[in-house]
Amino acid sequence: MNTSDVVIIGAGAIGSAAAYYLAKRGLSVTVLEKGACVGGGGSSRNGGGVRQSGRHSAELPLAMYGVKNLWPGLSDELGMDIEYYQEGNLRLGKTEAHMKILQGLTDSCAAGGLDMCLIDQKQAREICPYLSEDVIGAGWCPTDGHANPMLVTLAYYRAARRLGARYITGAEVTRLRKLRGRVSEVVTADGEVYSAGSIAVVAGYDSRKLLASVGLDIPMSPILMECIVTEEAPHMFWQMLGTAMADFYGHQSKHGSFVFGGAHGYEPYAAYDGGTRGASISVPSTCRAIIGYFPVLRGLKIVRSWAGWLDDCADHIPVMDNPRETPGLTIGCGFSGHGFGISPVAGALLADLASGETPTLDVSKFRYDRFRAKI
Amino acid sequence: MNMSVDRTRDFGEYVPAPDDDIIICRCEEVTKGEIRRAVRDGMFNVHEVRRFLRCGMGLCQGQTCARLVRTLIARELGVPPGVLDEATGRAPARPTEMYVFANEKMEGI
Repeated sequence: MNTSDVVIIGAGAIGSAAAYYLAKRGLSVTVLEKGACVGGGGSSRNGGGVRQSGRHSAELPLAMYGVKNLWPGLSDELGMDIEYYQEGNLRLGKTEAHMKILQGLTDSCAAGGLDMCLIDQKQAREICPYLSEDVIGAGWCPTDGHANPMLVTLAYYRAARRLGARYITGAEVTRLRKLRGRVSEVVTADGEVYSAGSIAVVAGYDSRKLLASVGLDIPMSPILMECIVTEEAPHMFWQMLGTAMADFYGHQSKHGSFVFGGAHGYEPYAAYDGGTRGASISVPSTCRAIIGYFPVLRGLKIVRSWAGWLDDCADHIPVMDNPRETPGLTIGCGFSGHGFGISPVAGALLADLASGETPTLDVSKFRYDRFRAKI
Repeated sequence: MNMSVDRTRDFGEYVPAPDDDIIICRCEEVTKGEIRRAVRDGMFNVHEVRRFLRCGMGLCQGQTCARLVRTLIARELGVPPGVLDEATGRAPARPTEMYVFANEKMEGI
């Protein structure tokens, strides 16, 4: 029988978090994943930041709620170490222009109630002694951190599965189907039909074509982002790193490897094929950026690089909503490359929406119909 | 198209093998028993086992153990190894210093 209380399309970090919170409430959940793998999309292709600083004002309350209430106990709750470290985020600046950017970010985050401040070179080097002397200051948020995105996704999957959630991988949903005005069924490429009282689309950029089958569209673009990982090194620091220029970000993992991401400037123009091949200019660009802030790491070896697609919404914040014209449907997409850090709270909110509960936090800023013409 | 796999499965009780403590991934020191248990924990392919246990993520990037890991997963699932994806190869082919990458520049254009 392909009938359950809720069908979730997409087995990434957020879809799996939603599956876990729904299964925990005693609902029967079916998770359909197009890929052969759980968490094979953006969830295994991001830098692992659990960051509140630098967030859009609409997203900041979610990030702060997650850091206060969900992240600290997540390893215990899910029964495995997800490598969460809350040792702060340094956003680095090398020029006065950078410091202006950092001041703006700090002001907007402080307005949202986040403990964040600007620090000078000396304070930054006290927190992280390995910084280049070219770094003249930083934005500092002591309650930010990082976690291992692959383990978070697998931990939610594993816990949801133990609670009875039915996961089917290699199940590519091709369309949603309305029955008597209600979104009640999904159809897969191999002709299987799954029906549920509630259907949640949490499928990254691929959400778009699924939503099109019931007449909805979210303005978003696929952007190719790339990560690199180094050989393991003796432990140096626990902070999450970013820069005012956004030319690289990253952290040292529990295991000792450094995980870095970067941007060479052409990411939005990559031809979308859903694949995971990177651009040849990417790793060199990221390495130049890293060495510019951390000359001490120049001799460290890169062992692996990989790429993945993020779903960048027109206003760079997600859609989490039950659209009025499609009863039975919950949308969770457009996380715009910063979904991992809010994945537990986004999963919990989508579980609220998909089970008809009042969401724990206000989600009105994430409505699907907020996109209006500029004139 | 990927083969559809329903992850709902009762593996029955774990039967320890005499060689469960043999090391399969030498770089990350992952044992046969750990891999067998990971499959029962829901890690149904090479990619998931690798993200879960780190086998194949060390210096050699799985060049030594990739086939062994795939065979062990397949055996635990009761399928021929060929139906499972191989681990994905990624650049660089050998560990390479950051400054070597950083030297790549397009000059004179």
